[in-house]
Amino acid sequence: MPRYVLTGALALLFLAPLLWAGVASVSPQGGTAQAVGWGFGNYETLAGYQAGIVAFLWNSAVVSALTVVFTLVVSTLGGYAFAWFSFPGKNALFLTVLAILMVPYATLLLPLYVLLNGLGLSNSLLGVALVMTMFQLPFATFMMRISFEAVPRELVESAMVDGCTSFGALRRVLLPAVKPGLITVGMFAFLAAWNDFITPLVLISDTSKQTLPLAVASLRSQVMGVVDYGATEAGVVVLALPCVLVFLVLQRHYVAGFLSGALKG
Amino acid sequence: MAVSTPAPPEATPPAAARRLRRRRPARGQLLGWAYAAPTALFVLVLFVLPTLLVLRMSVSDWSLFAGDRGVNFPGNFTDAVGDRLFWPAVRFTLTYTAVTTVILIALALGLAVLVQESSRWTSVLRTSFLLPSALGLASASLLFYALYSPQASPVPGLLRLLGFDVGTISFLGTPTSALVSTVVLIVWRFAGFYMLLLLVGLQGIPNEVYEAARMDGARRWQIFWQITVPLLRSSLALCTILCVTGSLLAFDQFYILTKGGPDNSTITLVQLVYNTAFGGKNDLGRAAALSIIVLAALLVINVVQFRGLRGKED
Repeated sequence: MPRYVLTGALALLFLAPLLWAGVASVSPQGGTAQAVGWGFGNYETLAGYQAGIVAFLWNSAVVSALTVVFTLVVSTLGGYAFAWFSFPGKNALFLTVLAILMVPYATLLLPLYVLLNGLGLSNSLLGVALVMTMFQLPFATFMMRISFEAVPRELVESAMVDGCTSFGALRRVLLPAVKPGLITVGMFAFLAAWNDFITPLVLISDTSKQTLPLAVASLRSQVMGVVDYGATEAGVVVLALPCVLVFLVLQRHYVAGFLSGALKG
Repeated sequence: MAVSTPAPPEATPPAAARRLRRRRPARGQLLGWAYAAPTALFVLVLFVLPTLLVLRMSVSDWSLFAGDRGVNFPGNFTDAVGDRLFWPAVRFTLTYTAVTTVILIALALGLAVLVQESSRWTSVLRTSFLLPSALGLASASLLFYALYSPQASPVPGLLRLLGFDVGTISFLGTPTSALVSTVVLIVWRFAGFYMLLLLVGLQGIPNEVYEAARMDGARRWQIFWQITVPLLRSSLALCTILCVTGSLLAFDQFYILTKGGPDNSTITLVQLVYNTAFGGKNDLGRAAALSIIVLAALLVINVVQFRGLRGKED
């Protein structure tokens, strides 16, 4: 019994910061714009910050959506190729994809900054999404490869016997079969892109193109060192809410995905 | 290549042919390459090319605004190591990594053992521990930034409510408290994540082993230290490697919580790379050299870890 009490108390301790952020974001606090009374004053401050929270939300949504779409398309086609076809250079390419895990983020971001400048993609949300997709590829390609390998060969062969092209088989027969893999990859790509901090920090220089984490972080460094903690908490809630919802809805996939991701290590 | 050749409808292939096809599902190499082409393009342009470029940059006098201004080797490397913050950053990064890894893995192991049995109650607990890992590290850091602020922090009030007279607590004001406060944030954010990895390992230990130990009269602590921990070695090794690598590359949490302060006491190596490249010096060449040093150190540390762990397993 004391064991359950201990574990329950620990669980509350883990939930407490999240609950506090929610409460603090609507409560009056010292040193914030919203000095008196409960309400959404902190959110109003946040909404009017710089280019406006709507713009930052939009930037984050664009980067996340592009990253999810790119990651899904590239890893589906790649996973299909790696699982079902043999072609020269296949293993070398797969190992190169996995090698992305070996090189630290910060090491790659310097040349990527130079490279994207050269490609005319500097300071652009598209450039950020492309870089984030690249960082997602090891997990996503690995995940889609196992998903495709788990599909019974007969299923696809009978489709091809019935006159399907390989792409037709992929679209009609294989995609439904690898849906759990697609959900996992999409969810991981979303969480990573929505939350990434250092990539847009390095690649984005226009305030108006900042993603939400950057904008909320910049609340800290306001004039005269006065930090609006209430607005910061409101920003944390706006940042965390989609992640917590996605996590709670797709928890099973999250756990399963990260286990198969972990097993490769 | 002839993928769409319709088979004669009546042709159910003989068993032997079908087996042959099952062994060789390849429908043409060109087609395989076509499907792999987007992956290849991404990897080539955004990974292979930048990796070569960072090597090139590390031996060049490369400024943020003026670009490549010729060779500067080994100048970038000697300048990087000669930076007055280099050794403090190395020392701090290693300290932070050691403290984080030990505390995080010990706590994650404790949590995993506590919620090991499957039941509705434990699954609620598991979710509570896992929920922080859905947050981004930057969001979590911002949350704790407010939680640690003198103006907004509820902690001193809570302590006073419990009867402790704490005066004023400075969470981020001294080098030691800044380190401790950051480790608390990281433990909160990642403990559930590592707990889950260790749970998989725990579920791989057959029940008979525990039963046999209990029959032999082993106590709970004995079972934990002599059975659970040794059999969990590969899961613990995975957690350790992930945690060490992640901590050596720490950035978000310090950039947001401490900005490297107080008095540059919490500058990590990646923060130094960032500052060298974008924080005023604008020296991409030296920053590239520094990140090559970090990359090399990381490779060495990982090889040593793998060796050590493999050696123990034999």
